[in-house]
Amino acid sequence: MTACMGLESTMVPRVVAAMETKPRIPVLWLHGLECTCCSESFIRSSHPITQDVVFNMISLDYDDTLQAAAGEQCEEIRDKIMKDYKGRYLLAVEGNAPTKDGGVYCTVGGRSFLDILKETAEGAKAIVAWGSCAANGCVQNAHPNPTGAEPIKRIISHKPIINVPGCPPIAEVMTGVLTYMLTFDQLPELDRNGRPKMFYGQRIHDKCYRRPFFDAGQYVEAWDDDGARKGWCLYKMGCRGPTTYNSCSTVKWNNGVSFPIGSGHPCMGCSEENFWDNGPFYQRLSSIPVPGIDSTPDTVGKTLVTLTGIGVAAHLGSYWIRRATRKELPGSATSATEKPAEKEKP
Amino acid sequence: MTKRVVVDPVTRIEGHLRVEAMLDDTNHIQDAMSSGTMWRGIEVILQGRDPRDAWAFTERICGVCTTVHALASVRAVENALGIQVPPNADVIRNIMFLTQYIQDHVIHFYHLHALDWVDVVSALKADPAATSALAQKVSPKWPLASPGYFADVAGTVKKFVESGQLGIFQNAYWGHPAYKLPPEANLMAVAHYLEALKWQKEIIKIHTVFGGKNPHPNYLVGGVPSAIAMQSDNAINMERLNLIGGLIPQAINIVENLYLPDLLAVASFYPEWTKIGGGLGNYMSYGDLPQNGIGDIAKFRIPRGIILNKNLAEVLPVDLADPAQIQEEIAHSWYQYPGGQSALHPYDGVTEPRYTGPQPPYQELDETKAYSWLKSPRWKGNAMEVGPLSRMLVGFASGRTDYKEVVTEALGQLKVGPEALFSTLGRTAARGLETQLCANWLEAEFDQLVSNLKNGDSTTADTRSWSPETWKSESKGYGFSEAPRGSLCHWVHIKDQKIANYQIVVPSTWNASPRDAKGQHGAYESALLGTPMADPKRPLEILRTIHSFDPCLACASHVIGPHGEKLAEIIVR
Repeated sequence: MTACMGLESTMVPRVVAAMETKPRIPVLWLHGLECTCCSESFIRSSHPITQDVVFNMISLDYDDTLQAAAGEQCEEIRDKIMKDYKGRYLLAVEGNAPTKDGGVYCTVGGRSFLDILKETAEGAKAIVAWGSCAANGCVQNAHPNPTGAEPIKRIISHKPIINVPGCPPIAEVMTGVLTYMLTFDQLPELDRNGRPKMFYGQRIHDKCYRRPFFDAGQYVEAWDDDGARKGWCLYKMGCRGPTTYNSCSTVKWNNGVSFPIGSGHPCMGCSEENFWDNGPFYQRLSSIPVPGIDSTPDTVGKTLVTLTGIGVAAHLGSYWIRRATRKELPGSATSATEKPAEKEKP
Repeated sequence: MTKRVVVDPVTRIEGHLRVEAMLDDTNHIQDAMSSGTMWRGIEVILQGRDPRDAWAFTERICGVCTTVHALASVRAVENALGIQVPPNADVIRNIMFLTQYIQDHVIHFYHLHALDWVDVVSALKADPAATSALAQKVSPKWPLASPGYFADVAGTVKKFVESGQLGIFQNAYWGHPAYKLPPEANLMAVAHYLEALKWQKEIIKIHTVFGGKNPHPNYLVGGVPSAIAMQSDNAINMERLNLIGGLIPQAINIVENLYLPDLLAVASFYPEWTKIGGGLGNYMSYGDLPQNGIGDIAKFRIPRGIILNKNLAEVLPVDLADPAQIQEEIAHSWYQYPGGQSALHPYDGVTEPRYTGPQPPYQELDETKAYSWLKSPRWKGNAMEVGPLSRMLVGFASGRTDYKEVVTEALGQLKVGPEALFSTLGRTAARGLETQLCANWLEAEFDQLVSNLKNGDSTTADTRSWSPETWKSESKGYGFSEAPRGSLCHWVHIKDQKIANYQIVVPSTWNASPRDAKGQHGAYESALLGTPMADPKRPLEILRTIHSFDPCLACASHVIGPHGEKLAEIIVR
């Protein structure tokens, strides 16, 4: 846990003491329109292990995926916690709310999820928006968004919201955000998109172990080609690492076993807003050279991929200038997958 | 007078499900309704997109059965484009498939279903020494069984309960008369709940090796994305294979020495549940785990077939391409078909959402009207059950030795006949027995991969049809799979390099479907009929039967595109 949070090992006793002496904070974990991948990711956490989080650190009082009670007994718990711990419980939201047609596209206990979300948010100390559904809208919010699914930040405005995007977020990022709040009794520092800077502060590309291949102009050109077998850069296969702010290339997945690029598939940018409409996924990012290659999320991550694309292109342009011996921009060589950049919704 | 019991939300499932049960004077369920209460519209969203991206969208239909939709999707697109994936791709997909089954089934048993049978609070009364003796009798090979170990677990439970914050265990059904396990068995099960929770994150690393992450590992049309190169430190190599090779024996150990013994031990305390919850008696499996390409159905490890009316003497064929076989009805669903049609094959599917239910908040639904976001798929007009029980029965009835062995041995241990399988407990037991087969198949598939590599074949993708310029202007295909929860199929129509139409019929839609036009119940509804309830206010019995199906409602409540086109014919290889 401390390693995950970037703390020295001397911090361990302090963290443990903080966990053991406080009463556990009640957490109401709601599920809206979602696929439960966030819960599944959460239970994969290796440090801390899920058992410790759920039974020793928080009081997971409502979570319809894991809780024993159902129906009325389940809803009674939510009512009770909202009343007994008003202003003192944490609301965790997985999924989002359909806003069309009076919210009929997601109901729980005969009530619209939209109503339940608003009601539960009212007395919450803060809201953790798990995953891209809650943070950004994700797949059901993709064009044409048939149910009017909207992320939490567009529904709730008067509460602190910590967005933890990703489809799903990395397990240790989820538990890392929670344990940070519990240990330091404060919200993590957030970027302009409401994401904790401790996990979403830098682009995957900037920390990618395949980055030297990008700089050297060595790319995978086709699946299972020589470059793929040597683990070269996946930029030409559509990698979104250059525009994606996440910890995949540092924390990695499933206790550090790998991450998408490490297993030969491009990053799809699943923690970025509108990533589903920033496709096709296997089309490489556009290249429009402009200055500002070391852009931060605050300067380029303005949710519009066209803008973040500019950052990549500029980055490439700069690279090209440094490597004046080459005549073409990396990636401009023709390949079967390459197509002119286009930005349209299907 | 009839009483109506409403369970909403049904917890410890994926997604949003509502069950309403009508009870007679003796508290037996007379009638039941199963309603899916969520709808996301993924197929509408898919229209107009690159078919090579479809796996990623459809994978997000469900994060619990992650991978199953990705697999069905790449198979559908490959079927449409005429791509035959290399043998290694099939083997790696099979390895990922089996990893998913084992992890998913174990999680279902311990974390979603066990609390229907295990009374956590009763565990406080257990004697650690007696629990140790019980555990060693139930599973002599499982090492964590000392009195000290169980004293430690008991201490953890005690501390947790005494904190007054019961978290996920609060306000549940502890002390309900339908709980039958002695305190020691309850304590043992609680200990194993925690062991399984620790373990499930390990086996899933196999997905991370090949797919880069879990949940939602990466797939690829034409093969698998992870290249294999034994002389490279930046691809699947000896170190990666060793990682997997180390996880497989752990999985076999967990399944054979934890899951199965626990399952049989718990089952032995609930003999009455071999007579409750049988339901339809119609079972279906599409088959999966290709050994010689997806076209060679006869060589699948999981066989294809249909059993009607519990008749194990006959296994009928099922043809996904025949428009007369699989049709979806909407008589009790919140959708409309044009021209008043009542049932359509998925290829002809046209669905338009039309919510006619009560405006929320509402108290009850009306079973005489539309009451669910799920449609009612039917096979030749028959409501079917899909999932582990269906697969085990099809395997058993097909005379497959491997299936017969595990089924016969388990029935012998429980001292019951094959008829006991047609029940809630039979469904739960079938899932465990299937996991036993899967653990051994996982080892065999891994050996196959190593064998292919030894023979010099390390190809993982066929890229000849990768570029859209190589595609015909129009093509159609379907991709099927046996997901952990049952038979799954995706149908795709590609036109001008984009998805013109995409349609999915999902396992939990078969199982959780509402009544059809003829009034035939879906599998959940049918299985609830006749169930006695000890305390209708605390619906433990309903949860037992519904959980025995392992519901997945995010999967089930899909929608077919409102502008779906009629497709003339399915391409079958």
